[in-house]
Amino acid sequence: MKKTTGKQLITLAVSAALATSVSQAAEVEVIHWWTSGGEQKAVTVFANEFDKLGADKWADTAIAGGENARSVTMQRILGGDAPAAAQFNLSRQFEELIEEELLLDLSPIAEKEGWKDFVRPGNLLAPCVKDGGVYCVPVNIHSSQWIWTNKDVFKKAGVAEPETWEDFLKVAPKIRDAGFIPLALGGQGWQERLTFDVIMIGITDKPFWQKIWKDRDLNLASGSKMLEVFKTFGALRQHIDGGAPGRNWNDATNMVITGKAAAQVMGDWARGEFAAAGQVAEQDYGCIPGPSLRPFLTIGGDAFIFPKQEDPAVEKAQLKMASMMLNQQVQAKFNNAKGSLPVRDDVDVSLADACMKKGLALLKDEDSVIKPANTYLTPDADGQIQDLVSTFWNTPAMSPENAQKQFVSILKYAD
Amino acid sequence: MEEKGAQINDSELNSEVGKTVESAEKKPGRKRKRISFSALIASMPMMLVAVGLFVICVGYSILLSFTKSRSFPRFNWIGLDQYERLWNTERWLVSVENMFIYGVLFVVICLVSGFVMAVFLDQKVRFESGFRTLFLYPYAMSLVVTGLVWQWMMEPSLGIQNVIQKLGWAGFEFAPLVDPEIAIYGVLVAAVWQASGLVMVLMLAGLRGIDMDIWKASRVDGISTWRTYLFIILPMMRPVIVTSLVLLAVGVVRVYDLIVAQTGGGPGIATEMPAKFVIDHITVRNNVGLGMAAATMMLLPVLAVIGPWIYREYVSPRKRS
Amino acid sequence: MGSKPQTSLLKRSMGLDNPWGPRPIKTSPARMGVYGFLIVAALFFCIPLYVMVITSLKGMPEIRLGELFALPNDPTVAAWLKAWAEACTGVQCNGIKEGFWNSIKITVPSVMVSIVIGSINGYALSFWRSRGANLIFGLLLFGAFVPFQVVIFPLIIFTREMGMYGTLPGIVFIHTAFGMPIMTLLFRNYFSSLPEELFKAARVDGAGFWQIFFQIMMPMAIPITIVAVILQTTGIWNDFLLGLIFAGRENLPMTVQLNNIVTTTFGVREYNVNMAATILTALVPLVVYLASGKYFVRGIAAGAVKG
Repeated sequence: MKKTTGKQLITLAVSAALATSVSQAAEVEVIHWWTSGGEQKAVTVFANEFDKLGADKWADTAIAGGENARSVTMQRILGGDAPAAAQFNLSRQFEELIEEELLLDLSPIAEKEGWKDFVRPGNLLAPCVKDGGVYCVPVNIHSSQWIWTNKDVFKKAGVAEPETWEDFLKVAPKIRDAGFIPLALGGQGWQERLTFDVIMIGITDKPFWQKIWKDRDLNLASGSKMLEVFKTFGALRQHIDGGAPGRNWNDATNMVITGKAAAQVMGDWARGEFAAAGQVAEQDYGCIPGPSLRPFLTIGGDAFIFPKQEDPAVEKAQLKMASMMLNQQVQAKFNNAKGSLPVRDDVDVSLADACMKKGLALLKDEDSVIKPANTYLTPDADGQIQDLVSTFWNTPAMSPENAQKQFVSILKYAD
Repeated sequence: MEEKGAQINDSELNSEVGKTVESAEKKPGRKRKRISFSALIASMPMMLVAVGLFVICVGYSILLSFTKSRSFPRFNWIGLDQYERLWNTERWLVSVENMFIYGVLFVVICLVSGFVMAVFLDQKVRFESGFRTLFLYPYAMSLVVTGLVWQWMMEPSLGIQNVIQKLGWAGFEFAPLVDPEIAIYGVLVAAVWQASGLVMVLMLAGLRGIDMDIWKASRVDGISTWRTYLFIILPMMRPVIVTSLVLLAVGVVRVYDLIVAQTGGGPGIATEMPAKFVIDHITVRNNVGLGMAAATMMLLPVLAVIGPWIYREYVSPRKRS
Repeated sequence: MGSKPQTSLLKRSMGLDNPWGPRPIKTSPARMGVYGFLIVAALFFCIPLYVMVITSLKGMPEIRLGELFALPNDPTVAAWLKAWAEACTGVQCNGIKEGFWNSIKITVPSVMVSIVIGSINGYALSFWRSRGANLIFGLLLFGAFVPFQVVIFPLIIFTREMGMYGTLPGIVFIHTAFGMPIMTLLFRNYFSSLPEELFKAARVDGAGFWQIFFQIMMPMAIPITIVAVILQTTGIWNDFLLGLIFAGRENLPMTVQLNNIVTTTFGVREYNVNMAATILTALVPLVVYLASGKYFVRGIAAGAVKG
């Protein structure tokens, strides 16, 4: 009896180990982190359009939080159970996957369909391309350099909406005196970093931006202009409220919507919150690119990668999905739902509101377009910058000079 | 504590716990050997896991700390570079400091409050099981839920602070999470809320295991109740305290979910913890090498604290009474 | 540290509900103080649950008023229904009920397998105690402290090589392995404290290792098994990351959907739905606790407390 029991246990364990789940052919599993209202509608556009194309099915794996979703993708690729498609930010996050040749080369269809000709702005595809192969599909464009205002609050405070950071620092005390919070900020690392980057490009220009992030010009990074960036950033501390730490960005947006705060620095996705609250662009709320007399916009966004699969049927379906994502009509529907800008300029954007139109106009001019820092830096170095910026913001005792010194040293060792 | 009764040591069938195989072999017998062999078979899963998971896997991870691995494990050696960078990273230093502040306070507060609650419950109170359930239920909640709920209650304009201020106490302040100086104590409150009930149950069980004669004796000697608890009962509960300590310490070293849910490590990097440093680096930061260097450093205090205890409690041969 | 004479153990496991503490003083200020303290402590423990429950019964406009502790003006279970069956997580809008059965599928076999293996380990250790075995056990205990993320890469590679990655057996294996240190500790201490006579008698009757285990030890081990079931059910049910990484797409646990609902980065946060979803997810471990609270204390008294 004792022997049998032991044996039974072992048999049980072995048979359990052998039982593997059977995967259906041409079911294309997509990992993404689009779980909020507007995002869900957008991703449903993709799913429906893909299912319409034939027998292949979109198998949805939604994982909230980009960080979670991206690590699961990485870990599942390592575990030999790669999803057929996965969302990443258009950045260096997946470059190692390309180097390790784990991703499907999309260049056959990219060349056939002429992606290079219609994907715009021209360098948007750059993070996807390596040695002639195309390894990802950009699906939308988001820009970060916006300040969102409550027009009513500015009227009540009797000041004009700022056009530059200098303006903002001048009017902020008056807004405070009128009983409003000048700047609504969500005190989370990424939001502090976003504000820092917006100030940096807002008081400098495109060559400066590129020399710092792309060329890592240490002289420039230790120069007086960069110090001014830190000083301006630090000066904003006195214009926020005490409840900022840990606040979500949309709660900060809500402060602007409800008239508790005058303005918020946030990417163009904030537009969706105003729209959802029934507010009208340039009537109830304002959107100022920059703020700078010569605004620049970063073109960040989402992209999909397609890990290599053994099943040729799935590979075929992957190519089909990649092509679908860039389809003209799909781009229009998807981006209208998502509130982002399409990645091709022959798309119908008649639904665009005043703020979106401002963005589209700027994007037409390649000189106004810059690439986000994370397309130049590794996630590691980019994360270090974020830690530094966040520490500096939350430590008023830390001098701008000290912060700048650490900034230079991070850039020096970044690869 | 007292060792097992002598009559057991003298017993024919020397199967007493704590005996070694050597001593068993002095009294040979086929049954005895078969049992040892069966026991060996039975402990195979444990050995496989102990060696496989906690020696080979940990060793593999330590090896990675000497490499330049980014998203995936790779063996491109760079010596101690990751460690050098680690100890020059502000965020790591803050994490280590936080773990010590948080760890010591968490363990002490949980032990003290757990003991106090157990003592109060031990006074033949009515509704004891009701109170016990109330104290214990937070342990059923995941740390993510714990973090979210407390984050909300500590929110300055929505939470407890706002409510008390509206009641008329305008100067009342309870919003630790927005102040980098004290945010870590906000995390501490949530952690104690979640875990102290378990300590209470352990302590209560320990109190119930104390011999009635002790109480009789102390009453005869006229020792006051609280003195009896503090100076006689407490020292007798060493095993309970050790068990609680281990469970709490495991929680301290691993604390991650709570931080992510409650503060995200903020404001700034004020509530960062080593486990979060490791996980961030092996995932979003794409720097497995640095993450594993940090993980290796985390194992050191564990070894330093747990090692001697494990050795004394479990490895070294037992004294005979 | 050894153990007390075995008679006390038996006495204890039978009469645990009779406190052994000092004789109570009937009515006095001190007595009031005892209740006062307990009630204040109970309030501290209750407040979060109270806030969660009443928030889940409010509508969003009422929540925005910021009256955290106020009872709902117009209680509604709409948020609960939405959380259970309608809330969207990605393309699907089926609420968290989707993952409920997956969580059951993962939790039940994981709890069972880890307890069977943990009890066998503990039993074997309780009388096979060479230095080597103790060293292995020491390593296992050390493993209890290793944050699992530290060993995630080798584990992924291992389960991949075994063909278990992304499968139900894979996640059961992972939970069993990570639960093994504490399970082994619990059962080892418990079996060590059982009266010697039981074992002796069985040996005289000619019973072998497995026979003693299944026919005598396991039935005796019910209190500690209850503790093990509670600890494992809570831990495995609440797990998010291991399930996400190892369980595979077909078996994603409920906590993944909870996370999708609760930690939405973009868009309006529906706190009432979040709270309802949270309580729904925590319901299984909560019920297990409430139903077995008494046995939990009893089992811990019998096992975990002893070194």
